Amino acid sequence: MDLRVSIKKKLRDFTLEVAFRVRDEVFALFGASGCGKSITLKCIAGIETPDCGSITLNGRTLYDSDKNINLPPQARRVGYLFQNYALFPNMTVAQNITFAATGDKLSKLKQNIERFQLHGLENAYPNQLSGGQCQRVALARVLASHAEFLLLDEPFSALDSYLKWQLELELVQILKHYGGAILVTHDRGEVFRLSDKVAVLHDGLISTVDSTQELFLNPKTLQAAILTGCKVSRLRKIADNQFLAVDWDTILTAPPDSKFVAIRAPLPSRQLFDDQLFFLRD
Amino acid sequence: MQPLIITIKTAAVATVITFFIGIALAYFVCKLKRGKSIADAIIMLPMVLPPTVVGFFLLLIFGKRSAFGQFLLQFDISFVFTWKAAVIAAVVVSLPLMYRTTRGAFELIDPNIINAAKTLGISDWRIFWHILIPNAKSGILAGVVLSFTRAMGEFGATIMFAGNVPNQTQTLSTAIYAAVQANDFDLATKWATLLAALSLIFIAAINYRLASNR
Repeated sequence: MDLRVSIKKKLRDFTLEVAFRVRDEVFALFGASGCGKSITLKCIAGIETPDCGSITLNGRTLYDSDKNINLPPQARRVGYLFQNYALFPNMTVAQNITFAATGDKLSKLKQNIERFQLHGLENAYPNQLSGGQCQRVALARVLASHAEFLLLDEPFSALDSYLKWQLELELVQILKHYGGAILVTHDRGEVFRLSDKVAVLHDGLISTVDSTQELFLNPKTLQAAILTGCKVSRLRKIADNQFLAVDWDTILTAPPDSKFVAIRAPLPSRQLFDDQLFFLRD
Repeated sequence: MQPLIITIKTAAVATVITFFIGIALAYFVCKLKRGKSIADAIIMLPMVLPPTVVGFFLLLIFGKRSAFGQFLLQFDISFVFTWKAAVIAAVVVSLPLMYRTTRGAFELIDPNIINAAKTLGISDWRIFWHILIPNAKSGILAGVVLSFTRAMGEFGATIMFAGNVPNQTQTLSTAIYAAVQANDFDLATKWATLLAALSLIFIAAINYRLASNR
């Protein structure tokens, strides 16, 4: 599994410019809403067209502005799980799963009904299903198709927290066997529990790409610190290594080029320990 | 009973033609990236123009003096003041209704559903037949009803383009006009009641069907 993306697209408020590579791992695109995560996914799937750049999947060129290649979504073999699941409302669960299934449709249906515990729902229509069931059907539909790679667009945002927890556990199992996937989310809990690698996206630019462990243990940029749930303060230089943490009203010793300080704690207390603090240059 | 038969025949043939052209136009205008509003305005024009103006334009286009009319004459085809002209007039005035309701129904479908189908590898042709059409069914049906009733009641364009020839192009609405002109109010009342009743039954039947669908 090898997906390489390097694209540029002018959007209304900013220019999206991202480059990354995904191997056999769950790669999270992590950022606040409106930062360009979903557009990036749509560009990979072929629903949106970038202004320039290239996208290759396992050596196949999906998009290349220099060579004038732009495969239609149908030919990309990229599975897309939509935020609202986008099941076909006029088809039953079974028809939804088999409609795009390749190869032996019946055995794929049986296999996916089994895997997603959809017994007894084969003849139900999407408007008769709960949110969790809809998600399972949507996943079953993608896995029965010819997709080589999974794109997950905020897969849990439409679910309540109890269901979300259960489905997350299921998804972890599926992703383990599937190979590569990109997870788009603004939820740091999902990033922490589901992904192996994270790209922090802010206003169309990737500010950090790191392993999930490293991002949470040692955030290197202001955006990474904020998104992973740190409390942040600006620093004002007093002497060479002496800084005033403006928002916390505390004096700290920090590397000379620091601009911000972050801490992973409920509230910054009067006593700050150096090993809890992250000093950030940008 | 001739005006009744001609009316129903004209409206039925016109609705069949409108059905296909209307759906095709709705689909292609939805897909247009540029020039959507211009294309829409051209198709909608017959609805906002007075029907007599539409009829007059049809007369100009298909008449013997136009290049197109001359071209048709070479094959011995002439539409003006024939039953076919009544069908053409009915198609032109009812097309905007079919097109607009179908387009509205297409646009109500969540674009993610279409995008999902595409990423699953389903061809545009299958998406059209298995997803777009079934999910726009109610809208398409409503378009058919509106087009058929509009075609049945068509007057202005018909009388300009197809005339009012008894037993040939005289429909219910033109027959009513002729009856009133001839001071035959009994006949006019008879035709008018019949036309109103037919339209009412038709719309009620479709409403009932749509309601039982939900």
